[in-house]
Amino acid sequence: MLKNTNSPSSSNWWKWFDIRGRAAGDVAFMLNRITALGLVLYLAMHLVALGQLALGPGAYDTFVQIVKHPVFIAFELLVVAAGIYHGLNGIRIGLVAFFGDTATVQKQIFYAMLAISILGSLFFGIRMFTA
Amino acid sequence: MSETKWNVTLLIYRQKGSQSPHYDTFKLEVDPDEYVLDAVERVWAFHDRSLTFAHACHHSTCGACGMRVNDMEKLTCIVPIRDVTADGGTLKIEPLRNFPVISDLAVNMASLYAHMEQVGHRAVLPLSEEPSEPGVRPVAKAAEDDYIRLADCIECGLCISACPISAASAPYLGPAVLAGAQQHGLDGNSDLLALVDCAEGMWRCHQAFECTEVCPSNVEPGLKIMQLRQAAMRQRIKHLFGSKK
Repeated sequence: MLKNTNSPSSSNWWKWFDIRGRAAGDVAFMLNRITALGLVLYLAMHLVALGQLALGPGAYDTFVQIVKHPVFIAFELLVVAAGIYHGLNGIRIGLVAFFGDTATVQKQIFYAMLAISILGSLFFGIRMFTA
Repeated sequence: MSETKWNVTLLIYRQKGSQSPHYDTFKLEVDPDEYVLDAVERVWAFHDRSLTFAHACHHSTCGACGMRVNDMEKLTCIVPIRDVTADGGTLKIEPLRNFPVISDLAVNMASLYAHMEQVGHRAVLPLSEEPSEPGVRPVAKAAEDDYIRLADCIECGLCISACPISAASAPYLGPAVLAGAQQHGLDGNSDLLALVDCAEGMWRCHQAFECTEVCPSNVEPGLKIMQLRQAAMRQRIKHLFGSKK
């Protein structure tokens, strides 16, 4: 019986994040997974926070004071950046999968989407920290 | 070959039977223009006859000598040492991932071969159906019959080793197999369509394109999977409008 330590297994999910020796397409895939997990986590926290508002006006005022703290704004910026990247990469995935031989330029599309994500995040970051 | 000599350290993955894996170190003087497989063979010939690895043709036709070299999948018979390390550097040699290890660097690729047969991949086919890669001198067509050639895919398994989805999903057919299905064609082949148009077929691919990055031939498995998706979508749209084909 062969020892199957090298075989495919769902316990190998961590290899999605092992980018040693990997190229741009894999980085796009890895970022897509990380931003997806981040957005799901944010949604859960968001729902919990909204639940707190039902406790009354006092709870609402306390909540608003907390979220005005720069650390929270920084986390919100991460959510915005993750949302922009994840959405744009979704467009890239659709283009590459269903439009001719777009797969041959998937790296270039990734770099363009990444650049737009960084510029968009900078734009929102400046707005959020200077408002 | 050059007169230059490099000193390199080979860090080779070892695993026999039910032993835990470990790495053995071998220091070699090499010609940097030699291939990685030459260095592995020298370890076997002069240092350790128990080292197990697969190889055959030495010219990238058989696809037997795929290994991971410094964390990247390489067909070791065509990769010069100077391309993957420097004088005084290290060559970490490991077996391909996502296939069970038989012994040391040799892996069991039976599942790949079985799936390739299942999708009807042809190892030999007319030149008109799989043109030579760009830059290769075109061959003049014979009077009546087309020339035949070996298919681009040499079934080396590098793409499956590099694929992050193949690592975590055992039932996934994998890039080489899906590229084989695309080569065969879906038109009028409902069995093949059923095999690849499913969750563990073409739709499991998450477009990391590592398969295309490491492919030592002209296959571009990532592109082939996308072409397969487009063909499957065309079939679905035809069915939607009542086509029986």
